[in-house]
Amino acid sequence: MSVMPTPRTPTAALDVDRIRTDFPILSREMSGRPLVYLDNAATAQKPQAVLDAVAGYYRGHNANVHRGVHTLSMEATDAYEAARRKIQSHLGAERVESIVFLRGTTEAVNFVAQTYGRSRITAGDEIVISAMEHHSNIVPWQLLCEQVGAVLKVAPIDDNGDIIVEQYEKLLGERTRLVALAHISNALGTINPLDTLVPLARRRGIPVLIDGAQAAPHTAIDVRALDCDFYTISGHKVFAPTGIGALYIRPEWLDKLPPYQGGGEMIRSVTFEKTEYAPAPARFEAGTPNIAGAIGLGAALDYINALGLDAIERYEHDLLDYGTAQLATLPQVRMIGTARRKASVLSFELQGVHPHDVGTILDQQGIAIRTGHHCAQPVMDRFGVPATCRASLAFYNTRAEIDALVAGLRKVLELFA
Amino acid sequence: MSELQDLYQQMILDHYRSPRNCRQIDECSCSANGHNPLCGDRIAVYVDVVDGVIRDVSFEGSGCAISTASASLMTEAVKGKTVEQAHALFKVFHNLITGEARGDEDLGKLEIFAGVRQYPTRVKCATLAWHTLEAALKEDGSEVSTE
Repeated sequence: MSVMPTPRTPTAALDVDRIRTDFPILSREMSGRPLVYLDNAATAQKPQAVLDAVAGYYRGHNANVHRGVHTLSMEATDAYEAARRKIQSHLGAERVESIVFLRGTTEAVNFVAQTYGRSRITAGDEIVISAMEHHSNIVPWQLLCEQVGAVLKVAPIDDNGDIIVEQYEKLLGERTRLVALAHISNALGTINPLDTLVPLARRRGIPVLIDGAQAAPHTAIDVRALDCDFYTISGHKVFAPTGIGALYIRPEWLDKLPPYQGGGEMIRSVTFEKTEYAPAPARFEAGTPNIAGAIGLGAALDYINALGLDAIERYEHDLLDYGTAQLATLPQVRMIGTARRKASVLSFELQGVHPHDVGTILDQQGIAIRTGHHCAQPVMDRFGVPATCRASLAFYNTRAEIDALVAGLRKVLELFA
Repeated sequence: MSELQDLYQQMILDHYRSPRNCRQIDECSCSANGHNPLCGDRIAVYVDVVDGVIRDVSFEGSGCAISTASASLMTEAVKGKTVEQAHALFKVFHNLITGEARGDEDLGKLEIFAGVRQYPTRVKCATLAWHTLEAALKEDGSEVSTE
């Protein structure tokens, strides 16, 4: 089934005051002040449209999918499959069968490791990742390497947090069976130059997986233009519920990959002698799926597409520039991650104060940032820090919130002076 | 901010800036390493026990204000105490920061950590040094992790 790609015409500037009213949680108070939520790279808040889609499904249409002949089951199936088509359209996938619903990016990387990896990667083969990966794009490959005797190779990054392309290219060899890269780094904000990195692998016939967890909330995605084999997104990072995500699989792999898990839904026929599997995507979705989550994800993509991803990108870029400049007014701030192209992530150290102390003191002022290693301990090691403070921005954040962050950091410095 | 001042009192900030007994003891009777993977804090605790008495105790490591000050004040509190007294002190201290009922024991300077009970995510910061001390006294050589 084919779907026209969503037209991406320039959209008007964002009306952020109005947008903020779409997110009920943003009107909460924290420690007697308005909540300043700057932890969007960990998880994003949910607009009313998503909450309504999830509740509406449970209130009016809840039934199992692909099972019953009754009306409710057909309604649930239609809504679930409509969500799949929305994701297909959003990612620019050729075929709807290429979209598999999973729990999120973590499960998607594990899926590729255990299907593609277990069937195609053997002892002595190599998998190439980068030094900026999230643990979820490191550990599944280490598990696979232990299982099949493959070798994990890591492309280094420079002091700004940019991948060193020449060294990455040198790692691509005859034994390389897969390249797995983040589209955008969660700890540093680096936007990887996929238009350079992917062709270098594809020209050598190496399949490529892109971890798009951090990219989906900030930028338009086109898997055909990227020419990747696998692309994965997490719902909760893109304003949808937790526990739902999607994996794009290049069509040529759909019939070649073995099943991921066994169970109901993924079969055509079962006897004790022999089981035949259903075609994709059902083959990869054993058991009753997260129906409400998928519907919520579809609603979230509708929401951001109505705002326009180009407008979102422009607004966030402006906010990132403002935040970078404001943080630079504090001489005690050392930015971690100053890549050429960055998404709206401000990772930093505050001289003389441990990130956890910064986090607690900001929390008391109603400001939520992430402090810690951001599930990217090798990145922390690369920059010689045990942890960083990270403010990650969404399109509903404002310059006033950046000002609140900087004022909060001044209070931290006063306390520790 | 009043709760914050309860947590980040001057004494805690002073022990963070100038931790006491922050050194290695070359010829100690036991030592252990502690790690809080959540925040990356690492600590080593060295203890010299003679006839059941902690004659010297020290630590090295890097961490937040709460964990560093707690380690520093711990070394002051247990030096000269018997091993049993140190174990008992940890129990009382643990009750203090988790808000458990306790008797009328006087914790002295350690009372300043009472504010930690308002911050459940920080309890591990305040107890890392103590768990590491316990491990050192057990002499089992394993690394302590808060997770």
